[in-house]
Amino acid sequence: MIMLSQLRDELRGAGSEEYLAGLFEKIKRSRINGFTTLAEESALEEARKYDRNPGNGRLAGVPIAIKECISTRGIETNCSSNILRGYIPPYDAHVIERLKAEGAIIMGKTNMDEFAMGTSTETSCFGPTRNPWDTDCVPGGSSGGSAAVVAGGEAPAALGSDTGGSVRCPASFCGIVGLKPTYGLVSRYGLVAYANSLEQIGPLTHTVQDTALLMEIIAGHDPRDSTSAGLKSCSFLAGLHDGVSGMKIGIPGEYFGEGVDERVEKAVWDGIHTLEGLGATWQAVSLPHTRYALAAYYVVAMSEASSNLARFDGLRYGLRVGEDKDWHTTFSAIRAQGFGPEVKRRVLLGTYALSAGYYGRYYLKALKVRTLIKQDFLRAFQQVDVLASPTMPIPAFRIGERINDPLSLYMADVFTVPINLAGVPAISVPCGFAGRLPIGLQLIGPHFGEATVMKAAQAFEAATAYHERSPEVA
Amino acid sequence: MRIALQMAVSEDDMITREDVEHIGWLASIKIEDEEKDELVKHFNSILDYFHQLDEVDTDQVEPTYRVVDLDNIFREDKAFGSLTQEQALQNAPRRENGYFKSPRIV
Repeated sequence: MIMLSQLRDELRGAGSEEYLAGLFEKIKRSRINGFTTLAEESALEEARKYDRNPGNGRLAGVPIAIKECISTRGIETNCSSNILRGYIPPYDAHVIERLKAEGAIIMGKTNMDEFAMGTSTETSCFGPTRNPWDTDCVPGGSSGGSAAVVAGGEAPAALGSDTGGSVRCPASFCGIVGLKPTYGLVSRYGLVAYANSLEQIGPLTHTVQDTALLMEIIAGHDPRDSTSAGLKSCSFLAGLHDGVSGMKIGIPGEYFGEGVDERVEKAVWDGIHTLEGLGATWQAVSLPHTRYALAAYYVVAMSEASSNLARFDGLRYGLRVGEDKDWHTTFSAIRAQGFGPEVKRRVLLGTYALSAGYYGRYYLKALKVRTLIKQDFLRAFQQVDVLASPTMPIPAFRIGERINDPLSLYMADVFTVPINLAGVPAISVPCGFAGRLPIGLQLIGPHFGEATVMKAAQAFEAATAYHERSPEVA
Repeated sequence: MRIALQMAVSEDDMITREDVEHIGWLASIKIEDEEKDELVKHFNSILDYFHQLDEVDTDQVEPTYRVVDLDNIFREDKAFGSLTQEQALQNAPRRENGYFKSPRIV
């Protein structure tokens, strides 16, 4: 394991091409199925360029893996869906422009649940990604490819996206660090939309410091995303090592107890006591509407998905099948063939929730419950600086174990979706193991409280060694 | 073709095979007969779960459409670059004379 800043310094002066070629060799032998597209030719050419003239970029010559739903100019971006296979974006997402400006090399695209709809990376049209810690288990989702390639040593860092836990869940299941930023802090320009009032792009890395570095690079205002927050401080490295002395940590009772694996609960409490030993204090808090978050989240996410995914009609891009008939018959056939079962379920249920007669009962009701959930968090942050909880109630489960029962899969998101509904930031850091499988501690902050969240995560990481372990498969 | 935009709101809130077909029509996704039973089963279990939202008293609660308050966003009224015609068309599966080719509308 090597930190990005160290890697950049080590690659300086003719190391980038060799390092990258080594990664590509490893990826080709890998059983993880984390990468979907390798940008071998363009990436090696870039590496040679940086070997000749490294420049001053903070990621000069450092390869980064990118989730399939983030637009990369000239590199296929298909959201792991048959309906978008072969689509080559003519432009870069904002975050890709920022990475390239710092000298990062886009090495390839990583597997995900189709259109980010899933918790296990099993709904991908490329088949499931495997967890490097136990290849019979899922890596989590939906950014499972990004997490697995970082954990498995196939990429030094990656970007994912988090609509209801899709960065934090795979970070937890794969034993790495993953951050979901405050809604609006990172531009969504070029992120293929699933549920746009909920989602943010976030880093997946080995260390908190790497996440802070990537956040400094990708965060900040972008006029091309109309929900982009105004000018906010994006300085995360400066105070990162200031420690947690005097920090107040809230423990939401609703995130512990029934339904939480005992080993997870113990590891998270051990983590809280570690922070206490470093000078933080903890107190119980309540987020009373937590039990309604999952239903509210899925109503909102499915409704937004049904609208966002209406654009996939085979006209401007994507799959087109058979002879053209009348438009409705043609579009219905394309979408029936191009979308997988989970995407169909969510688009259909979202369509139902938004249809006349049901709008008030489902969509509007869910948005009102969302207000109550957000207020829960605002109240809690009047008392404490951060909240601590398990990221996931369970360690990684086996491939195939839950995929045929959608509701049981949704239930796994119970501690991650409230954060997206409230729009607050949260990080998952490794805090223990259940057998071979990693466990994640979730630290949640108030809106634009990333610096505090990462400071707490950094203090925890520095006092523990879980992030230093690597899976044997690597 | 008659388009019924309103779902028939049923008394017992149970989704039927006919409902699934109609939702598929609204969403422009053709649903095969053999898919319907499983969709009915999944939809009813998921909707049943959603109905727990009914327990929450939201009479005095405003909906949250966007989670972080934003002011109106303005920009300079200045033209800037966009995709060329070639770039805009490069991913289109069917095109003709520099246009996207769509199926018949009427």
